[in-house]
Amino acid sequence: MRINSKRFAAGAALALVASLGLAACGSDDNGSGGGDGGDITVTFLPKNLGNPYFDTSDAGGEKAVKEFGGTYDEVGPDTAGPDAQVSFIDTAAAQGIKGLVVSANDPTALCDSLDAARDAGTKVVTFDSDTDAECRDLFINQATSEGIAKVQVDMIAEQIGDAGEIAILSAAANATNQNAWIKLMEEELKSHPDIKLVDTVYGDDDDQTSFDKTAALLADHPNLKGIISPTTVGISAAARYLSTSKSKGKVFLTGLGTPNQMRDYVKDGTVKEFALWNPADLGYLAAYATKALVDGDITGAEGDKFTAGDLGEFTVGENGSVLLGDPYRFNAENIDDFDF
Amino acid sequence: MSTATLHPSQESAATRVVQTLLRSRELAIVIVLALILVVATTRRSSFVFSADGWRDTLLAPSILLLLAVGQMVVVVTRNVDLSVGSTLGITAYATGKIFVSNPETSVLVVFAAGLALGAVVGALNGLLVTVFKVPALVITLGTMYVLRGALTHEVGSDRMTAGDYPAHFEKLGNQQVLTIPVLTIIALVVVALVGYYLHTARGGRELYAIGSDPDAADLYGLPSGRRVLGAFVLCGALAGLAGVFSAARYATAFSGTGSGIELQAVAAVVIGGVAIFGGSGTVWGAAIGAFLLVTINRALPILGISEFWQGAVVGALIIGSIVLDRVLSIRRTHKLVEARDHA
Repeated sequence: MRINSKRFAAGAALALVASLGLAACGSDDNGSGGGDGGDITVTFLPKNLGNPYFDTSDAGGEKAVKEFGGTYDEVGPDTAGPDAQVSFIDTAAAQGIKGLVVSANDPTALCDSLDAARDAGTKVVTFDSDTDAECRDLFINQATSEGIAKVQVDMIAEQIGDAGEIAILSAAANATNQNAWIKLMEEELKSHPDIKLVDTVYGDDDDQTSFDKTAALLADHPNLKGIISPTTVGISAAARYLSTSKSKGKVFLTGLGTPNQMRDYVKDGTVKEFALWNPADLGYLAAYATKALVDGDITGAEGDKFTAGDLGEFTVGENGSVLLGDPYRFNAENIDDFDF
Repeated sequence: MSTATLHPSQESAATRVVQTLLRSRELAIVIVLALILVVATTRRSSFVFSADGWRDTLLAPSILLLLAVGQMVVVVTRNVDLSVGSTLGITAYATGKIFVSNPETSVLVVFAAGLALGAVVGALNGLLVTVFKVPALVITLGTMYVLRGALTHEVGSDRMTAGDYPAHFEKLGNQQVLTIPVLTIIALVVVALVGYYLHTARGGRELYAIGSDPDAADLYGLPSGRRVLGAFVLCGALAGLAGVFSAARYATAFSGTGSGIELQAVAAVVIGGVAIFGGSGTVWGAAIGAFLLVTINRALPILGISEFWQGAVVGALIIGSIVLDRVLSIRRTHKLVEARDHA
């Protein structure tokens, strides 16, 4: 029997390449697994790529990782969906990443994957949007939900003269943080009896949807005096609609936004004041918290203390959460001091 | 064989036009659209009779109008183009890039660039479909993901914001001539041109022939490949233009811009009475379908229907129009069979 030499050569080459590839994987595993306390690999997994908010927060994370000499990586889905992040978590766990920093699209949908990653030795830190407390080691809280709800209600009350109809333009109807804030804003509004919350609509953190929902809000509520949008995509889409509408200057808009997205609308008078924390600081703190976990300095128990570079010392609060600080108000006077 | 099956109509031209209109599939959606507008306006007169309401009623459908017209031309040839959302995202972002490098760029240049970029994507789809004879559903599903991935890779977490688009371009997204938004006028001109071509021109009629029976069209010697390629190029170019529209209207673009809108375009075409297996339907129908789809989404909150039901309403509309088409086609078949038996 003759052996087809060409086919044999091709098969041999294939086998060689495959074994080389496998060998490369093997040596990689040994390298990262064996170096105890060596390279700290931290992967950031935002809700979706293409979101300037996570761009800034992850840049802060990268800065921190570089400061402590670790290896930084960022992965994520194109669009935010409840289970879009699962495959990225599985991959990170398979690669033996030391720390995974996640902003969760859904409080429970990620739990199985996160648990598997933690069983494989990966420390899991959530930021911006938490999962259920059992599925992660720490949550980096941008601000207390109470603080965020209060600053937004305070701003709208100041702008509309503490009386009149307001509405809320949120992100997805199942977004953890949005719903917590909305509930607390409703509580906070009880101390403003003349302000009436007439509607809550969902723009799905999509420009077009948020834009169209704003138009619908204005059409549906002729007496509307204010809109609160606790999402960066929502507030800028709402501002774009308002700026071209007859309601500009009559309906006040506030909420959570980034300076770069809102700059034009603050300058043309559509928006007076909005708030946010500094996302770069948030990512920076998340990276240092991950390092503290990986190094074993903290376990995520209440009362644990760690130092986060330039930001100073932080203490782990209840439910394994770490608080960044109070929200910051941006307006015409200070907006040019920021670029994110 | 000897008896003529067709003889000139004895009715006057005016009667025939009225009868065609009354019998047309488009009338059904026009009635639904009119009903929605009337009910919404009764509930809230500002829905149409206010400066913002009037503008939004006309302006909001302009982007989907372009996509639906392009999609219709492809669907009528028994194909489909799912990559239009990705194409829209690419040109919306590219528009921002052009303006960032030179804020003084003329709007006409940007329009031309959008059309050209979209046409290139359309040509790619068309070539893959006609050369490899692979179903367009699969090819364009592939290019949809490839293009979206390429865009996300290129853009990363960058985003075009209002500051990146110059004022003269942003103004266009809102500009009105005699209270009619400029973008809507452009979209309607496109609808009229494409509709006229498909209704009267030889090339347009051949698209229908190819869609109703591709094999027969080939046997008859119609240039199927060239025509289908042309349909994809047109669809891509219009998606490119829609991207420029999107940038002008929303003054923002990022890696996810336009994702999901391809299904709305297909929905508009189906609701507008264009057969998904090709060969029948009109551009006017697709255009009215787009108008209806956008208007329903705007009107439902005013009618007090929770936004969580809006998807369900649109779905019901799609199913309803398919059922209507089926009923009409069965009735037509019966009539034709009857006519044949009597002859």
